[in-house]
Amino acid sequence: MMSDSKPPTMAIDGRDNSDNVINSASGTDSAAVMTAAAAATSGLSRSQKLQNPQESQESRESQKSQKPQKPPWYKRMFGADRKVKPGMLHRIWALPSIVLGLMFTLGPVCVIVAFSFMSRPDVGGGVKYQFSLDGYKKLLFREDFFGNSYFDGRYLQVFWTSLWMALVTTAVCVALAFPIALWISMRSAKAQRILVMLVTIPFWTNLIVRTYAWMLILNDNGPINQFTQRLGMGAHELLYTPVASLIGLIYTFLPFAVLPMYSALAGFDFRLVEAAYDLGATRGVVMRRIILRAARPGIASGIALCLIPAFGAYVQPVLLGGGRVLMVGNLISSQFSEARNWPFGSAISTVILVITLLAALIASAVGNRSARKAGIAS
Amino acid sequence: MNPQTTPVTKPPVAASGASAGAAPSAVISRDPAVERRESGLTINRARKTFISAEGKQVKAIDDVSLAINSGEFFIMLGPSGCGKTTLLRSIGGMETLDAGEIYIGNQRIDQLPPYERPVNTVFQSYALFPHMSVADNVAFGLEMEKKPKSEIRSTVADMLDLVHLADMGARRPSQLSGGQQQRVALARALAKKPKVLLLDESLSALDFKLRRQMQTELKRIQRETGITFIFVTHDQEEALSMGDRIAVFHNGRPEQVGTPEEIYDKPVDRFVADFIGDINFLSATKTGPNEVSIAGQRFNADSSVLSHAVGEDLTAAIRPERIDVVPQGSPVAAGRPTLTGTVTDAMFMGFDTRVHITLEDGQTVMTRVAPPFDAELIKPASRVQLVIDGLVRVVE
Repeated sequence: MMSDSKPPTMAIDGRDNSDNVINSASGTDSAAVMTAAAAATSGLSRSQKLQNPQESQESRESQKSQKPQKPPWYKRMFGADRKVKPGMLHRIWALPSIVLGLMFTLGPVCVIVAFSFMSRPDVGGGVKYQFSLDGYKKLLFREDFFGNSYFDGRYLQVFWTSLWMALVTTAVCVALAFPIALWISMRSAKAQRILVMLVTIPFWTNLIVRTYAWMLILNDNGPINQFTQRLGMGAHELLYTPVASLIGLIYTFLPFAVLPMYSALAGFDFRLVEAAYDLGATRGVVMRRIILRAARPGIASGIALCLIPAFGAYVQPVLLGGGRVLMVGNLISSQFSEARNWPFGSAISTVILVITLLAALIASAVGNRSARKAGIAS
Repeated sequence: MNPQTTPVTKPPVAASGASAGAAPSAVISRDPAVERRESGLTINRARKTFISAEGKQVKAIDDVSLAINSGEFFIMLGPSGCGKTTLLRSIGGMETLDAGEIYIGNQRIDQLPPYERPVNTVFQSYALFPHMSVADNVAFGLEMEKKPKSEIRSTVADMLDLVHLADMGARRPSQLSGGQQQRVALARALAKKPKVLLLDESLSALDFKLRRQMQTELKRIQRETGITFIFVTHDQEEALSMGDRIAVFHNGRPEQVGTPEEIYDKPVDRFVADFIGDINFLSATKTGPNEVSIAGQRFNADSSVLSHAVGEDLTAAIRPERIDVVPQGSPVAAGRPTLTGTVTDAMFMGFDTRVHITLEDGQTVMTRVAPPFDAELIKPASRVQLVIDGLVRVVE
């Protein structure tokens, strides 16, 4: 690189007109305009990896090496760069969108986390700007009239119910989605486009409207009950039961399981199946060792996309479950409305956030590992 | 499955020589020669029809009968869409025949699922499992046979050794070059010790030099293992250099089956003559029992002329290397029938030069002149005489 012949201080003094800064910057971040937004969200991990300029100066002096110097992360992302390629917009123009994007993604989360550590005002909703862990304490402990704390499992029970519902939803969605995704991925290119569009049809209308449609279907006088009555099996109470809530959840999250699995299988080379048969593999082995293996990253993200939102689902338990089963989503909602305990609602939200984050990290680790093993990310 | 009861009356339809025009018979019979072979492959009256995108019926395999010897390097050669790959896939079990049978020795295999057939395939795309290491890829087929672990390990090592990839076992297929991937695919198929190995355009994805190298390798491996190889290709040079025998496919059936020399020197029809190598087609007339006239000159013809009547208009098929260019009045041409013409252009091709010559009657002849040659002789517009070596072959 050019910086080999330059004085090493040029790279770290932060002067933008230094050639080696520009070269190494444009070399590493040439697509920064496009990827800056994505990079910003994962910027934390990235900036940690980058060298601190002063540290690296010391280390370079001690090593006396001629290694090209990486500029600091903010310069690599947004640094003024005279050598913008012809026809390319300078990456600084991505900055407004990035700032706005950060405000929209991280802003509300920061507010919720901050609220969870504040105390409840004496009257009404909102928060008092005074540090307190009451919100988190209330999750596990109850205080009686005399100020004594007792362990209280009711809220844990709500978490457990939500998790159980979400797990059942996810299991059913994944089990249903895999054959659908496999079937779609084996159609012709044109048919695949149409079928994927059909899978996304539910996204065209509002979730609440669609849930109301389910209320009509599951109603005591709805088509299902009319059908069973005509068959002489009598009417069943469907609406306002946990089953109805589960049906609603499965219905809502099925496309979220189908789509990632389909995209994992869409690029699958079905000639590998032929090769496996040729080598003596039976159907079961082909499914287990070849097809499921290829679908694994899709299954991992399908699980994440079902489990995480289903855990905090709000609409289905209320409208279809009739609010008889208390789930985390309903609990949070009631803390901000009827109970007027904002710090507690925020604390529950923060706990969910942490759980979700951990789940997402595990899922992406699994996904990455299987992608690497499949030779995609090598 | 019952070779004892099948009548062995009818001779093989396409065991050798011309098969075109053999009258379809209602009696399905086996090739008696193949009956005695242990793992020779017999294809008997195979048919397969596809419905094309336009809704037309396409005969991919049109009443094909072939007998392939045990331990033979057999090549199915033909242009794309001639049915050679469909036939190969039918042997492997990736396609099912509409009619006919396929036997290996005495075992009928065309109704078995692919995983029960004693054949294995090296796919054109290699089809290596990307999530498995090279060694695991090779071991896959053996694991399916539930072989003991120690045996699998030693077989895998042997196979990787055979294809010169002994130290690549731990790598992923994506970390290998095309040629190396090709060898893994070969090792994976050979590890199963198939009776017949099917190779589907297996070298076509490789570049020229690597292909040459792999051709030699394949020949060596076939010799060392003694396995019957059936190799599908559209590359006639590859076919000629590798095959013990070649079947030239056209429109769903083999036009000619024979050794490379037979196919090259004695093509049975114009298609085969044209498909294999360079050739000149010149209009000719039969003038005697063993004689044809080309541009008014009489040449001795080979046996291909015997079935034609005197006075019939024919096509003479002459390879460029059989035509010598000599200056007019050269003593070489004295007393021999010669064609006279004018050089139109000469193209330097490296080891030789391609010369186009227009005959006096307007027909064009292409010939190859190898150095040393007189540069003046092949200059455009120079008048030359052409001497034909050997007998002239005619095709329909």
